[in-house]
Amino acid sequence: MFRPELCFLPHVGERKQVLTAENLRLTLNGRQVINGLSFEVKEGTIHGLLGVNGTGKTTLANLLMGICYPDEGSIVFQGQDITRRSISERAKMGISLAWQEPARFEGLSVREYLSLRRQPGMEEIEGYLWTVGLLPAQFLDRAVDATLSGGERKRVELASVMAMKPSLAILDEPDSGIDVLSLPHIMNGIAAMGKQGSSVLLITHSEEAIKAADEVWIACDGRIVNTGQPQELCEWFKNHCSTCSHVGEPEHNGA
Amino acid sequence: MIAVEEYEAMLEAYGRTGADPRVLRNGETGSLIVHENKVLRVGQAPGLKIETEPTASGVSVALVVAEGARLEHPVHLCFGVLPREGLQEIVLSVEAQAGSELTAVAHCLFPNAVDVTHRMDADIRIGDGARFSYRETHYHGEAGGIRVVPRGKVSVGKKGMWQSTFALIEGCVGVLDYDFDVFGDESSISELTVKVSGKKKDEIDIVEKIHLDGQGARGLAKSRLVLSDNARAMVRGETYGNAPFARGHIDCLEVVNGDGVVASAVPVVHVNDRRAKVTHEAAIGSIDSKQMQTLMARGLSEEEAVDVIVRGILR
Repeated sequence: MFRPELCFLPHVGERKQVLTAENLRLTLNGRQVINGLSFEVKEGTIHGLLGVNGTGKTTLANLLMGICYPDEGSIVFQGQDITRRSISERAKMGISLAWQEPARFEGLSVREYLSLRRQPGMEEIEGYLWTVGLLPAQFLDRAVDATLSGGERKRVELASVMAMKPSLAILDEPDSGIDVLSLPHIMNGIAAMGKQGSSVLLITHSEEAIKAADEVWIACDGRIVNTGQPQELCEWFKNHCSTCSHVGEPEHNGA
Repeated sequence: MIAVEEYEAMLEAYGRTGADPRVLRNGETGSLIVHENKVLRVGQAPGLKIETEPTASGVSVALVVAEGARLEHPVHLCFGVLPREGLQEIVLSVEAQAGSELTAVAHCLFPNAVDVTHRMDADIRIGDGARFSYRETHYHGEAGGIRVVPRGKVSVGKKGMWQSTFALIEGCVGVLDYDFDVFGDESSISELTVKVSGKKKDEIDIVEKIHLDGQGARGLAKSRLVLSDNARAMVRGETYGNAPFARGHIDCLEVVNGDGVVASAVPVVHVNDRRAKVTHEAAIGSIDSKQMQTLMARGLSEEEAVDVIVRGILR
């Protein structure tokens, strides 16, 4: 995807790194979910992470956000080792996560959810809702509870990450369970995040969504097995991962 | 205290809760202020008639909403005991005549209670097609020396609606012994909600019963409790589907936020007609870890996240 606002940035490979993960390893319930994972997230870049179910993508998101800690390896964010830092500390440093299955909150309005830490003005909050295709007049005072549909909740989640103005936004399958008419709004949100200067780690299964990425990583067995441009990597993913011996294995669908 | 001083003291205590005392002075809205067994103010409104009768330990109140009357503004009721010790027994009779509409907001003030009992016996009759919304909010001090005993029997006529919320989230509960019984006629709607924040050595006993007696009657008994320290709570929600197409639901959530807390819930669902359906859900446990993580990933500390979740549940 061409983004003129990023023209001033050097090529992805030459941009400054925002986050560096080195040799991350994590075993859960006797299974090596993350297996020597190393990568760099670059400034102002949308990194797409593709991989079949169970390859450790959500676990990686959790490791980066501090929801769990690696058994081995390190995570450095903006020059500071955050490997053992708490969720709150990481959030305050500028990392934010849009959950694959976002939690629901009784009695908490969308307006409040979008201003939990920062206090954006009303115009700014409304702008985030417009970006993800939600009419502010209809949604600002709605509770972030079970009365929102799954798709609405995911769009509110994306808007709330935008409202944090993070240096690094981790988006865990923001497009899953989204109908085709709503998908462009999700894509809008991802693009807007890039425009506001955030680096993005976009975890997805979708060939359509991955087109938003500047660079794509393919994950398999808790490792990154290939990197490249979205178009070529999508083809590679389809050709290699559909016949991969791990696909369909029961343990492959756990993480 | 003489009556004028008591009146001003009640308004001041009311104002300290964050509410605007001017609503109680407003001559255009219905209002009632009772301190101990003294009636300090009765404000009538078109379509509304409030009669009071002091007793040795409280006040009998009769509130009638005329047939078809739709009160534009909420009626404000204010009950309280300001000294450290005392007894207040309110006998409340409400008749919302057919087709009427009323919202009543009750404020119960016991900011200094060390040994106070507040008892309410309510007999509420909602006529056919009438709609009555009632919210009772308690403001207690931190001593916990209070016993609150709300009792109510509510009958809801055909296509009538009863919505009530009992909230006790400011200060210590003390002892709460809440028991409401609602009887819904054909196509009526009955909703009972109780929200309580228990702490220290609070003892909470809640009984919500809904009898869906008319065809197509609907009912919801909802409770939200947040318990910390050594608070103990028992919630019993009972729903009886006694008529065709009656639909009822019990929804109980008790959040346990302390090592000494004891929390129980007993839902009773009973159906007498094969075309009726009643359901229940009850959850007791600590604050949801995913909710916590989500809020912390927005930069809140653990304490701030707990506060946001709890305030939302009790809102």
